Amino acid sequence: MKTISVEDATAMIPNGASLMIGGFMGVGTPQRLIDELVRQGKRNLVVIANDTAVPGSGIGKLVSAGLVDKTIASHIGLNPETQQQMIAGKMAVDLVPQGTLIERIRAGGVGLGGVLTATGVGTIVEEGKRRIEVDGRSYLLETALRADFALVHAFLADYIGNLSYALTARNFNPVVAMAADTVIATADHIVPVGVIAPDHVVTPAAVVDYLVANR
Amino acid sequence: MDAQTVIARRIARELRPGMLVNLGIGIPTLVANYVPKDISVFFQSENGLIGTGPIPEEGMAHPTLTDAGGRPVTALPGACTFDSAMSFALIRGGHVDMTVLGGLQVDAQGRLANWMIPGKMVPGMGGAMDLVTGAKRVIVAMQHTAKGKPKIVKTCSLPLTSVRPIELVVTELAVIGFAGGQATLLETAPGVSAAEVIRATEARLAMATEIQEMAL
Repeated sequence: MKTISVEDATAMIPNGASLMIGGFMGVGTPQRLIDELVRQGKRNLVVIANDTAVPGSGIGKLVSAGLVDKTIASHIGLNPETQQQMIAGKMAVDLVPQGTLIERIRAGGVGLGGVLTATGVGTIVEEGKRRIEVDGRSYLLETALRADFALVHAFLADYIGNLSYALTARNFNPVVAMAADTVIATADHIVPVGVIAPDHVVTPAAVVDYLVANR
Repeated sequence: MDAQTVIARRIARELRPGMLVNLGIGIPTLVANYVPKDISVFFQSENGLIGTGPIPEEGMAHPTLTDAGGRPVTALPGACTFDSAMSFALIRGGHVDMTVLGGLQVDAQGRLANWMIPGKMVPGMGGAMDLVTGAKRVIVAMQHTAKGKPKIVKTCSLPLTSVRPIELVVTELAVIGFAGGQATLLETAPGVSAAEVIRATEARLAMATEIQEMAL
């Protein structure tokens, strides 16, 4: 794990990169990395996240700035700009049931090719997917998802990059932290090693590549 | 009593002590206001919380304690938090005893459509498909008709949320169950006749042996 400035961390991300971004309606989203992506004008991004928040907040800022070519999310209903860009053909949007989305990401991070879920069987979500019967019940094969970068926000990070999360700001963060080639974390507080008790570490430092320094 | 209150009060009577319950947005959220005094249930927010409490008093909101819409909530004593994989393991894994969701249409066999209107409203399904597929009981809270058109229909014209039939739909007029794959009128609201419910319903309704008045 290396500590890095928010500018240098963002500079590593090329145009066209795929990004898994933690957060749920902007709660637990790595806001400083989002702001810096907008400032540096990184384009043609593929965003994998629960939702696109609301215009001007969290991932909504990337959408407002027109930086996203494709979004894979479970809900875009509170961001009219995402819907407008989708309808205008400016952004491709894959809508995925939330439980399926998080399991596809989890599978990508834990060495599985995919998961079998009954969610979506017999609905338009099934289109183009394999249906598999197990013990008389029907499931869809939902394939694993990975990304070039995971952008993660923690409550506490220690000096070597162990992470713990706060309340409902945990959401997608520890799961996306497993499923990308490069993991960049921000934290509300950076604390000495040992302040986060071993039992309370949720994301082990060993999977975190970069910790963004606080100011 | 307005339509939403009738629906929420009736559904609250389905709550049992110790249940894990997930409430959708809209009318379902109101059910939390009518939990019977003598019981306690666990409310889940799918963004990662069991033990969701009421909206905080002014000045007491915390930016990392929110509901699935990102709005501030409180946590009751005994609350716990977890990531989204755990949240949907609870939902898909059959650990949620009851979910209450809004509806656009319900068909004659109890299949629900509630997540999109092609060409008009494409918000994404969020957690709805997992909830209907995985919760032990699914109750739909909705107005009986929309602009005079029945919402309980022979066949849904809108995309289904799941092929798993729901247990109950509760409207301001009636309670309808789907045991045996057949829409059945179980209860009518005070002052509403079975004939009125049938007129406002497109799906063919079987009649329960004894149609009760909705207790509120």
